[in-house]
Amino acid sequence: MSAPTVLRPAGRGRRDGRANQRRRPAGYIQPAAALLSVLVLLGIPLWMVVVTAGKTQAEALNPNLQLPTEWHLMENFGQVFGQGKIPTALLGSVAIMVPTVAVVLFLGSLAAWILARRKSRLNSVLYALAISGIVLPPAVVTIVLLLRQLGLAGTGAGMVGVYVGMYLSTVIFFVTGFVRTIPLELEEAARMDGAGPVKVFLTIILPLLVPVLSTATILICLYVWNDVFYALFVVGGRIDTLPLNLYQVASSGLYLQNWHLIFAYIVLMSLPLLIVFILAQRKIIAGVTSGAVK
Amino acid sequence: MWFLLPAFAVLFVFFFLPTLFNFIYAFTDWSSFKSAINFAGVSNFVDLLGRGTLINSLWITLLYAAMVAVFQNVFGLGLAVLLERDTRVNRFSRVMFFIPVIMSALAVGYIFRALLKPEGALNGILSVLFQQDVSIAWLGSTSWTIVVVALIHAWKWMGLSMLIYLAGLKTISGDVLEAARLDGSTPWQTFWRIKFPLIAPAVTFNVATALLGSMNGFDIVQATTEGGPAKSTELLNIFIFRTFGQGLFAQSTAMSLVLFLTVAILAFPVVRMLRKREEVL
Repeated sequence: MSAPTVLRPAGRGRRDGRANQRRRPAGYIQPAAALLSVLVLLGIPLWMVVVTAGKTQAEALNPNLQLPTEWHLMENFGQVFGQGKIPTALLGSVAIMVPTVAVVLFLGSLAAWILARRKSRLNSVLYALAISGIVLPPAVVTIVLLLRQLGLAGTGAGMVGVYVGMYLSTVIFFVTGFVRTIPLELEEAARMDGAGPVKVFLTIILPLLVPVLSTATILICLYVWNDVFYALFVVGGRIDTLPLNLYQVASSGLYLQNWHLIFAYIVLMSLPLLIVFILAQRKIIAGVTSGAVK
Repeated sequence: MWFLLPAFAVLFVFFFLPTLFNFIYAFTDWSSFKSAINFAGVSNFVDLLGRGTLINSLWITLLYAAMVAVFQNVFGLGLAVLLERDTRVNRFSRVMFFIPVIMSALAVGYIFRALLKPEGALNGILSVLFQQDVSIAWLGSTSWTIVVVALIHAWKWMGLSMLIYLAGLKTISGDVLEAARLDGSTPWQTFWRIKFPLIAPAVTFNVATALLGSMNGFDIVQATTEGGPAKSTELLNIFIFRTFGQGLFAQSTAMSLVLFLTVAILAFPVVRMLRKREEVL
């Protein structure tokens, strides 16, 4: 924990003459430490993924940091693309994520608006119930039984329902906090003009919620896109999603020592989120932190 | 009031009802081997207790969660302090450290499974550094592998903790720090006496989410060890998944109930304790 001692003098150097002399070496230590930590903690694992994804099976038997003698990246990509059914899995992932996000945001903000505005005792009980799902784990085994009884077992609709039930709590929690900061006068003015509650919600409230809804969208996309545990129970073997597919590829790949294919798959499946993240990193980082600190 | 209805209908059907079912089916003999489901009393729990599975999995889950909470916050806070100033290098590093957060946990698990093989890359690096052959089976120890998987979990999420700590550090006013400096406070004192108490809300959030989130862990452990060696990393969720696959639905449900109750019992004191500490500070 010597980091703060390194940081401070460099930052304060402008006014203090003595600190100014110390500034030079200290000024290099901090960036060097930062880059070194990136290199060691992230560079090594990610480098191994990329070089192994470009090797032949024999070379990749023991994944290491050496460059492949000859790059087979495209070949390996082609193989997992066909064998791993990436297009179907990508489609499955999107087909589950998009409706989940749409439904959970709409129902969540609808409920949060009411929960934020009423102050009755019943209301606070309902709010506590609604946000309990943030910490409490879903009953994953009996969900399967329930879906079977509803005739939704193994269907996309069932999976969407499960995710919506799980993440409504998160949305309601974030949005209720946000609605409380919106002045009531805005709604009252619209109501005076004769707007019904549906109209007030759609034209006044919903547009104001955009910042908090974008935070929630990021979080829920991350959860749903990467989830494999609940998907294994609900749609495993029926619908392919990217993580489910990776699980299958890796389960057989580990057995056959096909590390090159596992890592080629990981590169391909990580690319969509990685590209979105690089394009919108500032927004994503701001969104994620703003939600948490409030 | 009608606006509450759709959300609560979904919550009821897909969240509360299954939870309620948990309390019922944990006490039956529901399995894939026969179609009838009969009441079976506490036999599932007696069975799980008798074989030691319940205590074993519960203990491992609690240990795992506690270690993840510590590691993730130590790493996150360390990185936040290291990358606090707004320089170009620091901004780049922050973005890099967020990459594991957006990656699939399953993929992270497979990456570390390869990295930590006895003849894998980490031992290769250590061999070069120490000039001798290192071949530690990182994922093969019945006592230490749980620590290794907790470290992997912390590695995946440390970028998120870092960002939340950075946001907390940003809220501290410059005047306070200037006053401390004029009073002759060393950077070390400034950090522990002033900054750390002021980021208490961030600590609360990070510790609570890391602790309760990793209670529900599955992906990383499944991808690295599958619960082994000798069940020494078998979290509750790994057990639930495995017995579900074997068709022993009632036992799986019983364990799911154990997880639910443990998290429910832990959640309230954890959050309250951290909040109280926040007030004192």
